[in-house]
Amino acid sequence: MMHTPEKDAVVAGIGISRIGRRTGIPHAELTMEAVGQAIADAGLAPSDIDGIASLGDTPPSEVARALGVEPRYHGGGFDTGGLLSPVMAAAMAVGEGRARHVVVYRTVQMLGGGMVPSGGGGGGGGGGEGLASMAKVMVDVHELLAANAFSAANWLALACRRHMEVYGTTKEQLGWLAINSRANAALNPRAVYREPMTMADYLTARPVSSPFGLYDCDVPVDGSIAVVVSTGAYAEDAPHPALHFEAVGGARANGGWFHRADYPKMASADAAAEMWGRTDLRPADIDVAELYDGFTFLTFAWLEALGICGEGESGPFVEGGTRIAIGGEMPLNTYGGQLSAGRMHGYWVLHEACLQLRGEAGARQVPGSPRVAVVANGGGPIAGCMLLRV
Amino acid sequence: MTVIPAPAPRLLPALDDANRAFWTGGRDGNLMVGRCPACRRWALPPATSCPECGDALVPEPASGRARVWTWTLNSHQYHPDVPPPTLIAIVVLDEQDDLRLATNLVHVDEAAVREGLPVQVLFEDHGEMFYPVFEPVAGAGAGAGAG
Repeated sequence: MMHTPEKDAVVAGIGISRIGRRTGIPHAELTMEAVGQAIADAGLAPSDIDGIASLGDTPPSEVARALGVEPRYHGGGFDTGGLLSPVMAAAMAVGEGRARHVVVYRTVQMLGGGMVPSGGGGGGGGGGEGLASMAKVMVDVHELLAANAFSAANWLALACRRHMEVYGTTKEQLGWLAINSRANAALNPRAVYREPMTMADYLTARPVSSPFGLYDCDVPVDGSIAVVVSTGAYAEDAPHPALHFEAVGGARANGGWFHRADYPKMASADAAAEMWGRTDLRPADIDVAELYDGFTFLTFAWLEALGICGEGESGPFVEGGTRIAIGGEMPLNTYGGQLSAGRMHGYWVLHEACLQLRGEAGARQVPGSPRVAVVANGGGPIAGCMLLRV
Repeated sequence: MTVIPAPAPRLLPALDDANRAFWTGGRDGNLMVGRCPACRRWALPPATSCPECGDALVPEPASGRARVWTWTLNSHQYHPDVPPPTLIAIVVLDEQDDLRLATNLVHVDEAAVREGLPVQVLFEDHGEMFYPVFEPVAGAGAGAGAG
């Protein structure tokens, strides 16, 4: 196996801000909470930071000013890794020796920044960037908007329905994922929705875009999550177990939202293929999976894309919930997912994977000292994923 | 083919050389789709050149017949001028098995929609532009609904 640059990078520190709905906390304050925590967690001082990368709210220049540093490495924006692009770019930068310690953060606010009006709770999701910039990677988005399909909820409901027609996937199977996430959220003090959810609750929720109801859609929140991506040489000095980037993969565009020849597959299929091409590890080596769930179906798509289950088998895979529970054979979205914990737009999956691999996940710790985690992010024509290992 | 009044405004793209025939053909009752003079393949979404061989596409009237490929009933009001419910679908035009079009289904309830349902085009009048929506072909086994 070739030696890829990301293998010389580690996650040395992690941070997470207060998270909640309509907190009224300024985004910069949330950002600095997470960033400060991540730097301290990595055993570093702000002056050690020589790179900053982000996507969305709170510009890196503002964080640099607050930290009192002038980093030589700046990363940001949508690259082929989707929402994880800044993390992957940071891993490449330290792997190539262009920086030693890059702090990467993602700050979201539920009021503002969305791609479509959220309507005040549920049914939004999937957005986060301006429509103009997103349109560049979505050759067919104008066609969807013209059809009054204004939300990613509509676009992914179409893919989900197709999956149901082709493979026999059921609404109840989608429900098992939502129920699993809620059960895990009950073990996560930071999760927004923690009260138990039954299948009846799930099935009778307000319809959003069939087959999706309210509980198929993630929960908009305010918050920030940060990680410090460091050179592998720092691993021995880090106060917490440094987590190695085993492999990364990404993809974008290629067929837009509904023009892929293999629809309802998505860019996730290409991203996963690239990731597996950069490692000797195989799906059977995964101990815990933290997979994007802006909508329930996106996690189904990732399970298949990553080869955790076979093509079209995601429904039966999650059915009953025992296989994907924290004590099951493939613990899934152990923090509660964006569905119940909150929509940290692809960064809570990363934070949680790190906690699990460090053995610091508390009541929701996966038993047996997990050593390999997969983190995946995005849907439709945007996708990025990575394997982290102890 | 029938032209019907637009029940609400739509977010239609700006007209350009690549899409003008598609968005205005409904005035004459035609669903105009770009077709490659070289390989004879049809192409959507509207484009200037053939995605297969690169030749300049020439708009031709398609039959307006299609089959439902996937669909969703939207119940959430995302746009202030477009009240739900909206039946959104991707249909495959009869001309070619990968000729997909995002659209709305009318004159049918969601309960009657199924994969493969035969549908035919109608055009919503948006002034200069005509938006293609689809209704079940008579006798296709889909009961008429409120639309």
